[in-house]
Amino acid sequence: MNEWPSSAGLVVRQIRYQVLMFRRVPIALFFTLVLPLIMLVLFNALFGDGEVTVDGKTWPTRQFYTGGLAAFTAVSATYTNLANMVPIRREDGVLKRWRGTPLPTWVYLAGMIGSAVVIAVAGVLIMLGLGVVAYDLEVEAAKVPAAAVTFVVGVAAFAALGMAVAGLIPTASSASAVANATILPLAFISNIFIPIEDPPAWLATIGDIFPLKPFASSFQDAFNPLVEAPAFDWGALARVAAWGIAGLVVALTTFRWEPTTGRPTRRRRASSTTADVQ
Amino acid sequence: MAAIEVRRLRKTYGSIVAVDDLSFDVQAGEVYALLGHNGAGKSTTVEILEGHRDRNGGEVSVLGTDPRAGGRELRDRIGIVLQSSGIEDELYVGEAIELYGACYRHRRDVTEVLELAGLAEQAGQRIGTLSGGQRRRIDLALGIVGRPELLFLDEPTTGFDPAARRRSWELIASLCGEGTTVLLTTHYLDEAEHLADRVGVLKAGRLIAEGAPSELIRADTETRVSFELPDGTSVGELGDVLPADSSVVGARIEYSTKTPTAAVAALTGWAVARGIELSGLSVTRPTLEDVFLGLVADDASIDGSVIDGSGP
Repeated sequence: MNEWPSSAGLVVRQIRYQVLMFRRVPIALFFTLVLPLIMLVLFNALFGDGEVTVDGKTWPTRQFYTGGLAAFTAVSATYTNLANMVPIRREDGVLKRWRGTPLPTWVYLAGMIGSAVVIAVAGVLIMLGLGVVAYDLEVEAAKVPAAAVTFVVGVAAFAALGMAVAGLIPTASSASAVANATILPLAFISNIFIPIEDPPAWLATIGDIFPLKPFASSFQDAFNPLVEAPAFDWGALARVAAWGIAGLVVALTTFRWEPTTGRPTRRRRASSTTADVQ
Repeated sequence: MAAIEVRRLRKTYGSIVAVDDLSFDVQAGEVYALLGHNGAGKSTTVEILEGHRDRNGGEVSVLGTDPRAGGRELRDRIGIVLQSSGIEDELYVGEAIELYGACYRHRRDVTEVLELAGLAEQAGQRIGTLSGGQRRRIDLALGIVGRPELLFLDEPTTGFDPAARRRSWELIASLCGEGTTVLLTTHYLDEAEHLADRVGVLKAGRLIAEGAPSELIRADTETRVSFELPDGTSVGELGDVLPADSSVVGARIEYSTKTPTAAVAALTGWAVARGIELSGLSVTRPTLEDVFLGLVADDASIDGSVIDGSGP
C-alpha cells in the first residue's frame, strides 16, 4: 500500500494552484491588487503634500493613505476574494468534485484561505514598496512587529468573514454583491478613502463596531509618526479578533459543498461535440 | 464479496419518492449499467453510493464500507464521473490532472492519463476553452487518475457525437480489462448493450428488470415477423396463417410469435404453394431497446429522448 501524500505538500500545492488561478483572472487581479494602487497614486497626486487630521492627530497624508490602502488591499484579498470565489466554485460544482476525492476537506479550505493570505501579503508589500519608492513612506523598524501582528490578525479575521458570507449567501452573484456592499461603505467611514476629522458620533460608532476601522487604524498606527513604537493597539485588535471568531463559527456551521441539496450544479455542456472528432 | 451491495434503498425529496425499495449487487470486475428514463432514480442512486447524498432507508455497501462513513480511505479507491460538475476553468488540462491526481495514493502519471483519455493534444490548453466533449473527457481523466477499483460513470457520453462515444467506450472497455468495476448510468440502450455485463432497468425508483443484455432479450421471447402483401392478394386469403393480433398498415403486415420456426414455415409454405414472392420479409429478434421500451411501456412520460442515438 502506497503512503498518503504528505498533508503539508498537498496544502502547498493547493495554495500554489489557487494563486496561479487568481493570477489568470484579470478582473480579480485588477480589483484586488491594481485598483488600490491606482487609488494610492491618485490620492497622493491630489493631496500628497498635505497633512491629515484624524481623531485630533495631524500627520503626513502619504503616511496615512499608504497604511490605509494597504489594509484595504489585505481585506480585498481575503474577505472580498473568498466571498466571491467560494460561491462560484460551489455553483460550478467544483467543490462537489473535490468532495469526491481523497483530499481532506481542511486541505482544500487551507488552500483557498492560504492563497488569499499569499495574495494579501503580496498586495501589502507592493503597496508599501510603492509608498517607499514613490512617496517617501517612512517605515520605523520598531513598529514593524506591530504592523505584522495587526496584519496577521486582520487577514485571519477577514478570511473567516469572507467564508462566512460564502456560507450564508446562497448564490455566487449575490455573495459577491454582499461582499462589496458591506466593505465599500465601511471603507468610507473607516478612514481609508477619506480622512475624517470630526465624524458625527453615530458614524464614528458604526465605524468602531465593524472590524474594518479597528484593523485599518491599528495598521495605520504603524506608519503614524505621532504614535510611539511599538504601536500595538490591543483594544482594536481584540475587536477585529472577535469578529474573526464570530466569522469562523458562522463559516463552519454554514459551509456547503453544493448550491442546495438535490439541485444539480451548473455546468456548460455543448449540445453537439462534432468539433471533437479528430 | 460484491463491490456494491444495495438493499431496500429508499430516497425521498419531500413528497417525491426518487428511489423506492431498490436492491441490487455489482460484482467486483463487473460493468453494471443502470438504465432508465430521466427521473427514474439513476443519478440519485449513484450519488448515494458516491457519498454525495444521504438516504432515507435501506443499506448500501461500497467496497465493503458505508459510503456515508467511508471518508478518505474509500474515496481513494473510487473514481467519480458526475453527471455535471465543473472544473477550475483557469487551469490547463495537464495542470488539472496533476493537481487532482496528487491527492491519491495510487495515482497515474499525467502523461498516461492524457493518453488514456485521448487528451494528449489538449494538455496545454485552458480548460475554459475546451469543447463540451473534451470537458467530458477531462471528467473521465480525473475519474481514473487515482487508479480506482470502482468507477462511477453517471451518463458519461450524453451529448457526444457517435465517434466520440465509440472512443469513450473503448476507454471504458480498456479499463474493464484492468479489472476495474464500473457502475454506469445511461439512457442510451446501445451503450448499455455495448459495455455492460449486466443491466438493471429502473422505473420510478424501482428495479423492474435485471440481467445480462442477452438474457433480457431472451426473456422477451416474442419474435417479430413482417412482410409486404403482394399486389392482388388480400389479408383474408392468408386465413389461419396469420395470428389474430397481426397489424396491417397498408400492404405491410407485422406480427409477434413465440414459435417463429412454425410461424415462418406456415407463412412461407403458404406463399410458395401460390408461387408468391414475399417482399420485405423479415424475422427479427427484439433488441434491448424493444425490451426496454416494452418494460417501461405503461409509463406515460416516454418521449423520443429516451432512445436518442440508439439507432444504427
